[in-house]
Amino acid sequence: MKVNRLTLCGNWILDRFPLTKLWNDHMAHYYAPKNFNFWYFFGSLALLVLVNQFLTGILLTMNYKPDAKLAFDSVEYIMRDVNWGWLIRYMHSTGASAFFIVIYLHMFRGLIYGSYKQPRELIWIFGMLIFLCLMAEAFMGYLLPWGQMSYWGAQVIISLFSAIPFIGDDLSLWIRGDYVVADATLNRFFAFHVISVPLVLVLLIFLHIVALHEVGSNNPDGVEIKKYKDKNGIPLDGIPFHPYYTVKDIVGVAVFLIFFATVIFYIPEMGGFFLEADNFIPADPLKTPEHIAPLWYFTPFYAILRAVPDKFAGVIAMFGSIAVLFVLPWLDRSPVKSIRYRGAIFKKALFFFVISFFALGYLGTQPATPTLTIFARIFTLIYFGFFLLMPIYTRWEKPKPVPSRLKDPLTLESIVPSIKAAYEEMTIKDNNGIVLFGSTEFQRKPNPEGIRNVLLRLAKKIITSFE
Amino acid sequence: MKTLSITLLLLVFSFGLAAEESVELQQANFDPEDRASILKGAKTFVKYCLGCHSIKHIRYQRIAKDFGIDDKKVLTEVAPEGASIYDQMHTAMNPHDSAKWFGIEPPDLSLIARSRNGDWLYSYLKSFYTDPSKPLGANNLIFKDVGMPNVFWQVQGEQIAEFITEDGKQVFDKLVLVSPGSLSEQEFDTMINDLVNFLVYVGEPVKLERERIGKYVLFYLFMFLIIAYLLKKEYWTDVH
Amino acid sequence: MNTEGVDESKRQFLTSALTVVGSIGTGYLAVPFLSQMQPSVKAMAGGAPVEVDLSKLESGQLLRVAWRGKPVWIVNRTPTVLETLKTMDSVLSDPNSNDSIQPEYSKNPYRSIKPEIFVAIGLCTHLGCSPTFRPEIAPHDLGPDWKGGFFCPCHGSRFDYAGRVYSGVPAPTNLEIPPHYYINDNLLLIGETGNGGAA
Repeated sequence: MKVNRLTLCGNWILDRFPLTKLWNDHMAHYYAPKNFNFWYFFGSLALLVLVNQFLTGILLTMNYKPDAKLAFDSVEYIMRDVNWGWLIRYMHSTGASAFFIVIYLHMFRGLIYGSYKQPRELIWIFGMLIFLCLMAEAFMGYLLPWGQMSYWGAQVIISLFSAIPFIGDDLSLWIRGDYVVADATLNRFFAFHVISVPLVLVLLIFLHIVALHEVGSNNPDGVEIKKYKDKNGIPLDGIPFHPYYTVKDIVGVAVFLIFFATVIFYIPEMGGFFLEADNFIPADPLKTPEHIAPLWYFTPFYAILRAVPDKFAGVIAMFGSIAVLFVLPWLDRSPVKSIRYRGAIFKKALFFFVISFFALGYLGTQPATPTLTIFARIFTLIYFGFFLLMPIYTRWEKPKPVPSRLKDPLTLESIVPSIKAAYEEMTIKDNNGIVLFGSTEFQRKPNPEGIRNVLLRLAKKIITSFE
Repeated sequence: MKTLSITLLLLVFSFGLAAEESVELQQANFDPEDRASILKGAKTFVKYCLGCHSIKHIRYQRIAKDFGIDDKKVLTEVAPEGASIYDQMHTAMNPHDSAKWFGIEPPDLSLIARSRNGDWLYSYLKSFYTDPSKPLGANNLIFKDVGMPNVFWQVQGEQIAEFITEDGKQVFDKLVLVSPGSLSEQEFDTMINDLVNFLVYVGEPVKLERERIGKYVLFYLFMFLIIAYLLKKEYWTDVH
Repeated sequence: MNTEGVDESKRQFLTSALTVVGSIGTGYLAVPFLSQMQPSVKAMAGGAPVEVDLSKLESGQLLRVAWRGKPVWIVNRTPTVLETLKTMDSVLSDPNSNDSIQPEYSKNPYRSIKPEIFVAIGLCTHLGCSPTFRPEIAPHDLGPDWKGGFFCPCHGSRFDYAGRVYSGVPAPTNLEIPPHYYINDNLLLIGETGNGGAA
């Protein structure tokens, strides 16, 4: 065969750079457990959103002006006068919220399958640092449009630092660079948002992945696949990441992009959750909006802050609610990783934790009335109780026997019949209904009794799983 | 355990009912695809609002482009005299003067339909009533003590608010038209509706275009998903 | 794992199909990303045609206006200058403007609509510096052969009073003439040709 120039050129590079080795180590010969489910899409989706934020962010900086006098108008200039500027801006603003949705689900995955437990503690810690970085990134990015919510949100959060004894006032002054949030603050937040934090973020993500590929991925059964290897040293329950998980992740990406595009093109404000109405009013240092709420991804922590009646203690509680996540690997004393084999106590505790997280998230968006504050306190206690009591209740729990090998995962095809059965129970035939793609399958109308039965059975199933 | 979790869930849902609205908003009936209505609204805006309020984030050229109208027609029919096609819709009023007259600089209205909403604007513009105790002679039901006069009094007529006493407190009852204006009530409602329709358009001119493009993007993504799923299924026959 | 009996051609086909569809999608996404770097509507607003009042432009004087952010010169040439232009052909590189950019109505010996009024974009065709206006005859720095015209200080290109480039200098072509027309005797519009077509 004739050796062409392209191959020669390729070989020249391969002689000098370990491209093949990198590819094999991390893709083609990286063995991942074969039973990844829905929850395992969010790692690769987080990377996708990161790339989206980088690309659209760079394009936005080309027309954005980090100047208190020009910032608000320059965002509207992007939305109206710049070619396709609206698309790029919506991709960035929706991407910010999508990032947190994906990351929260990714973290929850770690929580239910015990991915933070030995030997993956360091991966969890890098992940938590990424989460912190992301919060800083989102907070500083939200100041840039220089609307009323940007301005007063930043004012409130920076004032938190003034609660620190002795150095607090000087510290918050130093962060702002002025006596209130002002041009200097905007300008430095722009620098942090665009350069410093993204650099740290990329470094941490690199470390997160390197640490993961060193010990290997966990899985929904919480079983170490490296215990059982064939004669070539390949885990019996492992499959190469490429092509199996690359093709699977592409499906996840497609589904994610459908949701993402729906928001961008049809509901970019997401009812005020992704773009707040008050942020369409230019920042006015003389007039606070009647009701300040941070964007949805900060509201659980904001609710914890407000739940505590003392300023400094509130700040401690808020930062504590994030700090406690760092020590999670050492709080959990259960010998079992996955929720599938854990005892009822942990499941109940987790259930209350999820409820309290959502409730705090909701309370953070609402004005702090006395009644709501009492609820916020109850849920704050549950939130901290979940973590701080963990060393006690995880010791009591009686785990189920863990299998030595992976169980076969549920496939989409195997779930379809049960979905179809539920659909048929919840609807009744209706000859006046629409015919979709020539099929009479959808010619049905809802059946209240069937829906009630299905929901009741679902609730029962959830409750019995706690026993 | 069971009762406790149900109580918790109920609590979470009951928060949503806590929010209250003092005056109910009226439903505007605007249609972003109704070009004639938006153009009429634009003319109304130039006639009644542009004297004090800018909408500086829209250019006459954008209106011409979005509605497929000739540049010259927009300049003669919508824009005030002397405007050029690329001009942004700035008010001629000096902000310093207006701050002196009204106590506040009239805000730019480019994004008012996004920070408030269409129904709010519609209700607000219809809810001015005569109140001699105010410096401008008028008050508003939706935006109490607003620093804006009722610019529509000639076409709408004079409206007063009637209060009733309930538990020893003055409670608003209804707005009554005491002397009719040059437009009938229905004509006036249509005019305000057109104006709000225009302001909603100005809030986000690209809205119709983005929804049109969205269809193609979603169609493409579904196609992509189908092929990606088939590929995944094919490879995973090895595993199952 | 069981890799026996795999339909390789089906895999190959689906992989290619997904690659093609994915590339098309990426291509479509690249359009907005790249075209956002094109001039925005604000830049287009700055590029709108410019009206110039010529009533105060005295003979021999040069007037600079900005069109699309570029300097545009309007020179009221004296009869002597117009006479000199006829004698320049031997030292010019493109005396008949065959390789230069100008509207059809300016492709004549004076490179203008009215012989005395010269309109040109004041940017050197070499690397875009703005040449200086040098009306004096034979100044000591430009040598005895200088008959008045434009001299580019950046790299020494020379142009005559009709913006035609001398031979043996770095600039390749004559100065560019923008589209323009006379609304009336004293009012010039730069950026549009007479029949209303935009530039």
